[in-house]
Amino acid sequence: MALLQISEPGLSTAPHQHRLAVGIDLGTTNSLVATVRNGISVVLNDENGRAMLPSVVRYATDVVVGEAAQAAQSDDPVNTIVSVKRFMGRSLADIGDTSRLPYRFVDTGSMLQLRTVAGVKSPVEVSAEILKVLRLRAEESLGGELVGAVITVPAYFDDAQRQATKDAAKLAGINVLRLLNEPTAAAIAYGLDNASEGVYAVYDLGGGTFDISILRLSRGVFEVLSANGDSALGGDDFDQRIHCWLLEKNQLSVLSPQDTRLLLTLARSAKEQLTEHVDARITAVLSSGEIIDNVITRTDFQEMSTNLIQRTLQLMRRALRDAKLGVDEVKGVVMVGGATRMPQVQHAVGEFFGQTPLTNLDPDKVVALGAAIQANLLAGNRSSDDWLLLDVIPLSLGLETMGGLVEKIIPRNSTIPTARAQEFTTYKDGQTAMSLHVLQGERELVSDCRSLAQFELRGIPPMVAGAARIRVTFQVDADGLLNVAARELGSGVEAAIVVKPSYGLSDAEITRMLQDSTQHAQDDMQARAHREQQTEANQLLDAVQNALDQDGSLLSESQRSEIESRMTALKVTLPLADHLAIKRAVTTLNDATVSFAQARMDKSVKRVLSGMNISDLEIK
Amino acid sequence: MQSFDFSKDFFNLFGLNRCYHLDSAGLEVQFRALQARVHPDKSAHLSDAEQRLAMQRSTLVNEAYQTLKSPIRRARYLLSLHDVDTQEETNTVMPIDFLMAQMELREAVEAALQAQDISALDEQAAHLTTDTRALEAELAEQIDTVQNYQAAAGLVRKLRFMEKLAEEIASAYDELDN
Repeated sequence: MALLQISEPGLSTAPHQHRLAVGIDLGTTNSLVATVRNGISVVLNDENGRAMLPSVVRYATDVVVGEAAQAAQSDDPVNTIVSVKRFMGRSLADIGDTSRLPYRFVDTGSMLQLRTVAGVKSPVEVSAEILKVLRLRAEESLGGELVGAVITVPAYFDDAQRQATKDAAKLAGINVLRLLNEPTAAAIAYGLDNASEGVYAVYDLGGGTFDISILRLSRGVFEVLSANGDSALGGDDFDQRIHCWLLEKNQLSVLSPQDTRLLLTLARSAKEQLTEHVDARITAVLSSGEIIDNVITRTDFQEMSTNLIQRTLQLMRRALRDAKLGVDEVKGVVMVGGATRMPQVQHAVGEFFGQTPLTNLDPDKVVALGAAIQANLLAGNRSSDDWLLLDVIPLSLGLETMGGLVEKIIPRNSTIPTARAQEFTTYKDGQTAMSLHVLQGERELVSDCRSLAQFELRGIPPMVAGAARIRVTFQVDADGLLNVAARELGSGVEAAIVVKPSYGLSDAEITRMLQDSTQHAQDDMQARAHREQQTEANQLLDAVQNALDQDGSLLSESQRSEIESRMTALKVTLPLADHLAIKRAVTTLNDATVSFAQARMDKSVKRVLSGMNISDLEIK
Repeated sequence: MQSFDFSKDFFNLFGLNRCYHLDSAGLEVQFRALQARVHPDKSAHLSDAEQRLAMQRSTLVNEAYQTLKSPIRRARYLLSLHDVDTQEETNTVMPIDFLMAQMELREAVEAALQAQDISALDEQAAHLTTDTRALEAELAEQIDTVQNYQAAAGLVRKLRFMEKLAEEIASAYDELDN
């Protein structure tokens, strides 16, 4: 009887109240939707029995999505958008070389847009078209309206890319229950399916991105210990290697876009053949009439892709170090993404960990399956085997401080949700506004990190330099999205911003930033020392000048000219790259001001004491 | 959820004794039990207000857990509960032999990096771990037994040096990787 099923409202639902929720894998190449049916996660197929929806949108008289759009790709390249995921949260400048892309880009200065026959479209709108098709497929298949969806994103997606993905879902009429990292989704599908316990690594090599996550699975808890990745490394790069090999073999230099596309397509199918066979034959007739006929062996392919695989292993080592774990502590390695089907990838990963990687789940579907399981939980369809998911933020978040340096506020691999407050102060006397520049990345200099947002805190009451206390709070929610607030503690003046930047990091930028962060650790330390020294010098110069203006009368003529000449000496060293020279000049000036500072101190003590009575003095 | 109290100190939050010596298994069990109650995933289907509250609670639990789990942060926090400031930014007076030892360690790390010698780096990392453990044991003694919080603050300042050196070793490993 229903009367016996007493439960807290909203926490538990009777079977007939099952809330319809789905998991969506919004991929670069293909997208999928899955749901939990009778306790089992299943991918939902279209009316033709196909699970994968090509992530292609064509704008014609109608909007066409999927296979039909893909078929029109070569006829109508301008209005047929493929791999739109690469444009999410990106400006045109972020994309870099667009000469080989057939689109009519609109440079807005913020997120790029695409001019089509149906008007100007943003990547968010294009992605929303893909999501709408998946939502309809799910609603028809499940026979009702969706409560919400979990949408997966690469673990290495930054704030702008995550925000753009969430916006696309909203535009498609989907209530986003959570943005979930792709490797984490895979771990859920795998872990629950196999009742796994222990430390697992998820190696996720997709069409255009590489993610690595290290998780600890224990009864009822999935805890991400560290995440790393490269958002410009994927299966496409392996195609590119075969493509280059073909060019070299046939001594080809400049090809037409059509020939390039032809050879890339053939390279891809050769790559796929080499998964099952020891060699593959590539034949083609180019537009010049030239005939291509080559046989590529598995050994050839292995050799030309060694560097790509080494790069993934390098990132793996870093992820393990961040998790403070050794290779031997990893109990299993879950392979995700179509590109992990390549035998040389499986072999290299197996050798690295000294064990055979786990491939018993379909690498194309495991992300969607895991997302569906999480969606079912988040929608409130709680079962007895409830679990907890603890994920992390992949890139550090910080603020610009004096001298173009980044002060890290939230370090990478912090468990989310997380918040951190840091106090800053004013740099100049009477400063009434403070500009806050929010950055993401691992490097120490602002110019090497990604700018997420800029805003100002105004109305700080005028005080002497260093007296104001401005507390800046960073809050990262469970979707990995950032919110920043600033408050002057004395006056209560406040400013806040939901960091919703108009564009994010380019793939190449993230890669560069990652490489740079380690390659230039030394340069950074030098540069940091230099800037800190410059900042200190400027502060000292300001302070001494102020003191001279206020209390110059306390000095004799010769004392004053001594100080002034040393100020000039310091100013001369400022533009120099030699931070030790600046340091010496700072010390010299400091030495010259010791007696002046003493005289000022005496004067101000007298001034303060003259306005006080005995009882005031007894407090301290 | 009604019983969740933001004003509790972190030890109290996890039902642990307020001391430096840590029952790390107990901390972990309590952390998971608390997150299982407050994590935003538990209220994703509820109102915006419920979700915001969950985010704040879960954030606090994460912060409390990270603070207690880290030996240096735990010491800093414990001393702050005793109104002792560790003065890591302001008090730079250090015993000269400690500073000399630190300089030598830094130079050894730098040399290992220059020579691209992973095993030398491993040796320095192991050395640092031993030294850090010894300092932590001393810290436990000063806080839990002797209750000399000023002496403990001095040890935290030393630990901060070790922490920075550990960061340098980590970036040296990254560099050798490339």
